[in-house]
Amino acid sequence: MIRFTALATLSAVALTAASSAWAEPKAEVLHWWTSGGEAKSVAVLQQEFSANGGTWTDMPVAGGGGDAAMTALRARVLSGNAPAAVQLKGPAIQEWYEEGVLADISAVAEAEGWADVLPASIAGHMKCDGTWCAAPVNVHRVDWIWANADVLKANGIDMPTTWDEFNAAAEKLKAAGIIPLAHGGQAWQDATVFEAAALGILGAEGFHKAFVELDADTLTSDAMVKVFDQMRTLRGYVDDNFSGRDWNLATAMVMNGEAAFQIMGDWAKGEFLAAGKVPGQDFLCASTPGDGFLYNVDSFAMFDVGGADKEAGQQLLAKLIVGKNFQKVFNLNKGSIPARTDVALDEFDSCAHLSAQDMADSSANGSLLPSYAHGMALRGAQSGAITDVVTAHFNSDMSSEDAVKMLAQAVANSM
Amino acid sequence: MVDWFQRHIPKIVLAPSFAAVLLFVYGFIGWTAWVSFTRSRLLPKYDIAGFIQYKRLFASPRWETALNNLFIFGFLFIVIAMILGLLIAILLDQKIRTEGVLRTIYLYPMALSMIVTGTAWKWIMNPGLGIEALVRGWGFESFSFDWVIDPKMAIYAVVIAGVWQASGFVMALFLAGLRSVDGEIIKAAQVDGIPTWRIYSAIIIPSMAPIFLSAFIVLAHLAIKSFDLVIALTGGGPGYATDLPATYMYTMAFSRGDIGQAASSAMIMMAVVFTIVVPYLYSELRAKHD
Amino acid sequence: MTNFAPASTFNAGSAGKWRRAILRLILLSVLVIFALFYLMPLFVMVTTSLKSLEEIRTGSLVALPREVTFEAWRTAWSSACTGIQCEGLRPYFWNSVQLAIPAVLISTLLGAINGYVIAQWKFRGANLIFSLMLFGCFIPFQVVLLPMARTLGLMGLAGSIPGLIFVHVVYGIGFTTLFFRNYYVSVPSELVKAAKVDGAGFFRIFWSIFLPLSLPIIVVTVIWQFTQIWNDFLFGVSFSQAGTQPITVALNNIVNSTTGVKEYNVDMAAAIIAALPTLLVYVVAGKYFIRGLTAGSVKG
Repeated sequence: MIRFTALATLSAVALTAASSAWAEPKAEVLHWWTSGGEAKSVAVLQQEFSANGGTWTDMPVAGGGGDAAMTALRARVLSGNAPAAVQLKGPAIQEWYEEGVLADISAVAEAEGWADVLPASIAGHMKCDGTWCAAPVNVHRVDWIWANADVLKANGIDMPTTWDEFNAAAEKLKAAGIIPLAHGGQAWQDATVFEAAALGILGAEGFHKAFVELDADTLTSDAMVKVFDQMRTLRGYVDDNFSGRDWNLATAMVMNGEAAFQIMGDWAKGEFLAAGKVPGQDFLCASTPGDGFLYNVDSFAMFDVGGADKEAGQQLLAKLIVGKNFQKVFNLNKGSIPARTDVALDEFDSCAHLSAQDMADSSANGSLLPSYAHGMALRGAQSGAITDVVTAHFNSDMSSEDAVKMLAQAVANSM
Repeated sequence: MVDWFQRHIPKIVLAPSFAAVLLFVYGFIGWTAWVSFTRSRLLPKYDIAGFIQYKRLFASPRWETALNNLFIFGFLFIVIAMILGLLIAILLDQKIRTEGVLRTIYLYPMALSMIVTGTAWKWIMNPGLGIEALVRGWGFESFSFDWVIDPKMAIYAVVIAGVWQASGFVMALFLAGLRSVDGEIIKAAQVDGIPTWRIYSAIIIPSMAPIFLSAFIVLAHLAIKSFDLVIALTGGGPGYATDLPATYMYTMAFSRGDIGQAASSAMIMMAVVFTIVVPYLYSELRAKHD
Repeated sequence: MTNFAPASTFNAGSAGKWRRAILRLILLSVLVIFALFYLMPLFVMVTTSLKSLEEIRTGSLVALPREVTFEAWRTAWSSACTGIQCEGLRPYFWNSVQLAIPAVLISTLLGAINGYVIAQWKFRGANLIFSLMLFGCFIPFQVVLLPMARTLGLMGLAGSIPGLIFVHVVYGIGFTTLFFRNYYVSVPSELVKAAKVDGAGFFRIFWSIFLPLSLPIIVVTVIWQFTQIWNDFLFGVSFSQAGTQPITVALNNIVNSTTGVKEYNVDMAAAIIAALPTLLVYVVAGKYFIRGLTAGSVKG
């Protein structure tokens, strides 16, 4: 039996090698990275792909954090014309796998030893029923707090390490006529702040129970009421005109000293760097109060498409995505850190170093957690239901108790 | 054989279009109805599961908001666009020398895609960036225009942008109507010394009844399909205060992988359209039945 | 033509003249105020497109540019990134042209012949068919995406421009038929009868009597269909693949990035470029548009 498995693996590898030997690798890639920095980052992958003899067909669809791309994907799959590789993330990977449309890339993953270089919880997202079905690109940290260094110094404030400290600092800033928190009132941004607050108040274990297991007791607990209380407090630190503001305009407010803090994932760093600001000098980065690390991992899943050339393309693409070089170059451009832990970080900035260190620590003590707000923890229907409540509460005068009640109902109704 | 062909040729000519409409409109409505009775998630499934999706739909506070908004938005959008369109058409019909330029200005919004005009409107209506800041900058400190950030008023901000986009087209319809009213009747009325406003309200406007109906069909079609407008202007926010059934359906089907839920919301939406549009079609076709 | 100028000749005299001049002035200012309201977003878009990114970051979003630069326009047309390709809107423009022209022509022709049948060759059930087609105008397009995707797959048209043309033609039938039917219904039925007596057949009558009459309504239909099809995003994004994406999808790719740096000047320039063909159609054909509508389409 063992011999048979070994033989099967061997022949699979041989088959892969053989097919890539006589078929020119081809891949049509559906993704939503279309803006300057992001597009440049993907272009790196395309260059490597063609340097290895592949032909890359670009199928970009931006908008709504991938919503438009997912619309296109559904239409493509139903018409029997799926793209070879698709930017997918979180439980959506497993959902598509259950529809029976994903290809198995275990042969590449095992040959490349992905299991040894990826943190366990991130590797978990890339597997479907024990086989590898997706390749991770990067790790974005979501629970960041960004600050204007000069504003903090002028007001004698240190980076807060607890929510109480944050609230005290915010009061002080407010008295000084500075907007304490720059925020954009869009549902996903509300959810981003909410999960950062939840991580700090519920703790890593509570967060996992609430937003991964959807444990009803945790969702209706007093601690959850406190999370909503904190959201109400934060609402007081945001200026009146926040509704509908894009996240980058909020970042600009921190940059020009109009506001002091912003809670946002590490793509915000790209905005600071693009404006020529230096981390540690012009702006500061720290994790939001509380222990833990909320990750948002971008990845590519391979769809089941016929043809030796396309399969060869998928294998090559998967190999290159997790390759050291691409992981480094891509993440330098994107502001995130590599998903694989054995990439040298010499060229990365201090914020990225902090991120990598925290990821290693939290992975060791079990507080490396998926971001619910960015679709890593739950399926769309459930995370959407939670976001509806969060944003309804934040944008009205709903009480925290009512919000918690509504949360439990919404989660139950989304099943 | 040739004779048969000759006699039935009108039907034969109409047949392909009719077949296409039957299949691609009514067939797909039937498909949606079927899916609305299933537990379809990411992709459509066809095992009937009863009324579960409708129960979920009516338990959702967000859907309640979306449906209410459809009535508020639809009513105001249609009524205001019609009144404004008619008013401008009447004013423009007074032998204005610059009519060509003005008319193009009123018409151009229909040519632009809302993906980006939405951003422009977002800035204009944002109190910190747009009109409010501008007017306050002129010294009117108490001036306030903050609808777009107020959950209770935001849907009216959407109405403004919607009216901006569609009223020019309605103006064109009415302008055309005014120009085809029989001039003799008006001259006769003028000779009798009937005041201008009476001529409009008693003679001209009533004679344009079919145009009101055409304008209604165009506006109702736009109101129901308003999607880009909301996405670009408010993204459904603040909170989900400006959600409409079309955006609700899209969110459920494509960003949340809840196709059964989306299908049930589509069915309710079409039922609403049906109850409003069918009486119109009925009266329209009866009136023409000579 | 409704014209009230002669009415005032009844109360001639200098007082009347003055009153008339003041009324005209009020009338004109009201129209200009409306025009300003309509121009506001375009003003914001144009001024933003002429600013540098630096100025947008630091200045007010709704103000005149301090320094005018056409850089954003150049970028939007030929070098903005819409994915890994940074060739701007140019390649997609051609896709949209290839898609919009046949779709507009076919759906206009279908609408003309359908309207002709329904208005002039009435048979039992013709009105029912017409109302079924009309109701089809109201179907929300989000509903048809998934079954349509399946159908296109079965027809072998998935991801192709002919597939997109097909979709636009199918969902354009309702409106085009409505326009032509309402236009032709006002043509006296004696015309067809007389032509039949002269021995002309179905197509002959359509071709040599009705089509030559139809220029105004053709203009209306073409404008309507062209606007709808050129600006469509939902079908464009769902039923295209790499290489066949229309310009709205490219525009969306430039404008809608979630985690990238936003270049508002390029966004606005791109939006105006993408809208130029429709704007041009409105400016050039606007006069005929009103004439076409006047000629009967809305009289019913």
